[in-house]
Amino acid sequence: MSLAPATLSWFAAHEFRLAWRDWLAVMTAGKRVRGIVLFGVLALFYIGLHLFANALMAPWMAAGIGPDKATLVTVTGTGFLFWTVMLSQALESITRAYYARSDLDLILSSPASSARVFAVRTSATAFATVLLACLLASPIINTLAAHDGPKWLAAYGVLAGFGALAAAISVLVTIGLFRTIGPARTRLAAQIIAGIVGAGFVIGIQAVAILSFGNMNRYAVLQSPEFITAAPEVGNLIWLPARAAMGNVADMLLVVALGFGTLALVIRLTSASFAQNAIAAAGVSATRVQQTASTRPFRQASQRHALRVKEWKLLRRDPWLLSQTLMQILYLFPPALFLWVSYGQNAGTYVVVIPVIVMAAGQLAGGLSWLAISGEDAHDLVVTAPISPRAVLIAKIEAVTMSVAAIFAPVLVCLAIASLELAWITAAFVAVSAGSATAIQLWFRVPMRRAMFRRRQVASRVATISEALSSIMWAGAAVLVAGNQWIAALPAILAIVVLAVAYALSPKGKRV
Amino acid sequence: MSNSQFALDISGLRKSFDRPVVIDLELKVKAGEFYALLGPNGAGKTTILRMVAGLLRQDAGSISVLGIDTARDPIAARQIVAWVSDEPMVYDRLTPLEYLEFVAGLWRIDAREAERHSNELIDWLGLRPHANERCGGFSKGMLQKVALAGALVHDPRLIILDEPLTGLDAGSARQVKDVLKQKVASGVTVIMTTHILEVAERMAERIGVINHGRLVAEGTLAELRTRIGRETTLEEIFLDLVAQKEADLATEAAA
Repeated sequence: MSLAPATLSWFAAHEFRLAWRDWLAVMTAGKRVRGIVLFGVLALFYIGLHLFANALMAPWMAAGIGPDKATLVTVTGTGFLFWTVMLSQALESITRAYYARSDLDLILSSPASSARVFAVRTSATAFATVLLACLLASPIINTLAAHDGPKWLAAYGVLAGFGALAAAISVLVTIGLFRTIGPARTRLAAQIIAGIVGAGFVIGIQAVAILSFGNMNRYAVLQSPEFITAAPEVGNLIWLPARAAMGNVADMLLVVALGFGTLALVIRLTSASFAQNAIAAAGVSATRVQQTASTRPFRQASQRHALRVKEWKLLRRDPWLLSQTLMQILYLFPPALFLWVSYGQNAGTYVVVIPVIVMAAGQLAGGLSWLAISGEDAHDLVVTAPISPRAVLIAKIEAVTMSVAAIFAPVLVCLAIASLELAWITAAFVAVSAGSATAIQLWFRVPMRRAMFRRRQVASRVATISEALSSIMWAGAAVLVAGNQWIAALPAILAIVVLAVAYALSPKGKRV
Repeated sequence: MSNSQFALDISGLRKSFDRPVVIDLELKVKAGEFYALLGPNGAGKTTILRMVAGLLRQDAGSISVLGIDTARDPIAARQIVAWVSDEPMVYDRLTPLEYLEFVAGLWRIDAREAERHSNELIDWLGLRPHANERCGGFSKGMLQKVALAGALVHDPRLIILDEPLTGLDAGSARQVKDVLKQKVASGVTVIMTTHILEVAERMAERIGVINHGRLVAEGTLAELRTRIGRETTLEEIFLDLVAQKEADLATEAAA
């Protein structure tokens, strides 16, 4: 590296090298063939997304896209959806910059400027946020550009501007949390805010759609004549980002300048406090949490019960898990609301809630299973205990199963009030979906500390993808069974194939 | 339980990863003995002890704990063995008392007896003021003491410790050493690896030196001194033995 040490560009090059090697390791696991195969699969998936976007937007594009109010409302609404996801992701990444201790101790104890480190890490967060948003939005943007002209490529500039703005807001929110609630609570609060921001808009417009139109289509609100009539006129400043995305270059440049200008200003104003906040965050790990002194005597318990109780205690005291469970419950809010609104109507109207419940069960079970099965902080203790590995696994699976059952039981009871038959079907698929996710975590178990939860998704790409695919397939099968469709067998078979492939690829026989 | 005179009897033990790590190891530790296993970094000490504790499978050979073959009856062997690693195995979100209740549950100890013993250990190791604090904010020394309490709560007959004094302050190290001495006095066998040779010199009845996966010397301190032919410290003996082994290997390689 020929850059002058400890300068902004030197830190940027250092961060880039680390990020690149990390990404390569995650994608290829050191195997070139695996990297090529994975790249091929992702490329196919990306092409598939373009085809899907094309099919989805074909009627809209065929009707002609003009700069009318209806189009501006749809583009702004969709853009806002993307932006909430960007803001959510940026908030999580910025918080991590303060709490991650990997090399921060080294850098903060060196004579190098911590403000420069902060500037580079915040910029890297903005870059990653923009990159992800561009990847997610690219099937839509590229399809529009292909059909309606390259002017739509200006949307990438708008995404970049809003990505920078999301990073800037995230920095301000994090520093605000540090000052108001202190470093001990900032991380959890930021996680919860990130979750609510990420899901809030989707859930909000879904709730409005359910209450106003009786369906769960989030675009029902944006496309309703009442909403469009009530929206500001075409010349209003609120439509500037939409006009920019639709190819108005001057507006696009203004959005980019505003976004990056705000980010630069925020970095300049706040970078001096970075070291102070990061050091305060470091002190959190040394903070002791006082439990209420227990007066109850030790309870006689079987080995399996001792393991279950331990898992429940740890799950209950895990702030990350609490925020994630809250998110799952938030996502269950629209279907629950839909059930409540549709109560008493024909059972067919609320068949749509089933896949949401089944998918949520699979995802939650996957997370809980990882924590219970792989995330064992005292792995050596459990392995050296006089209990068979099989009994340990059974106890952990029981702990997960009971936790999932406790979370989903109220939703299933609500569903049973509306339709007993649908409740049974949903319960069966919740069990299968949760069971599949648990089985995948079991096959791919690798002892890690619970604090490494974030690495769970990169520890095994096969496990992560299989878990997501099986949840989706079981959700599809559930909704088709509920609708008495014989084609339900197809997603069910695909789910079984996914499980079989995952089992075949799992590292069997390599553990004690 | 067998009344074997050996707390640990290892015969023909072999283990390889990408290279041989333990080679045809023969090791016998008498019941009620304090045995120190020494060796340079990467000599194979931890691998040997992890195989004894059941955390690794051997490629060949046998391990017997108080007459119980660990491969044939691992559960019975684990019932009487305790393992304390250099990285304390403790849950951040449990208090020391909750942790000990959990360990007692795993080893199927009577709840009342476990509670009494846990409180005794908590006092013994100076953990009383922190008994109801979650372990998450504890120092390395405090975590090591909680882990040690966990290892002792089920009254093991053989305690295996891998570098238990690393990172402990003088006071904590003294407490741990006192506890181990008392355990040996009550007939428990202790096998410990350490790089702090003064500890081995003062506490161990017999010392084994491992290098390149082989036991290169074994005996009391006096026997080891006799072997190298001069009255010196354990540190000098250790460095001599390791250097001698390195020279032998270099000669073998040259031949």
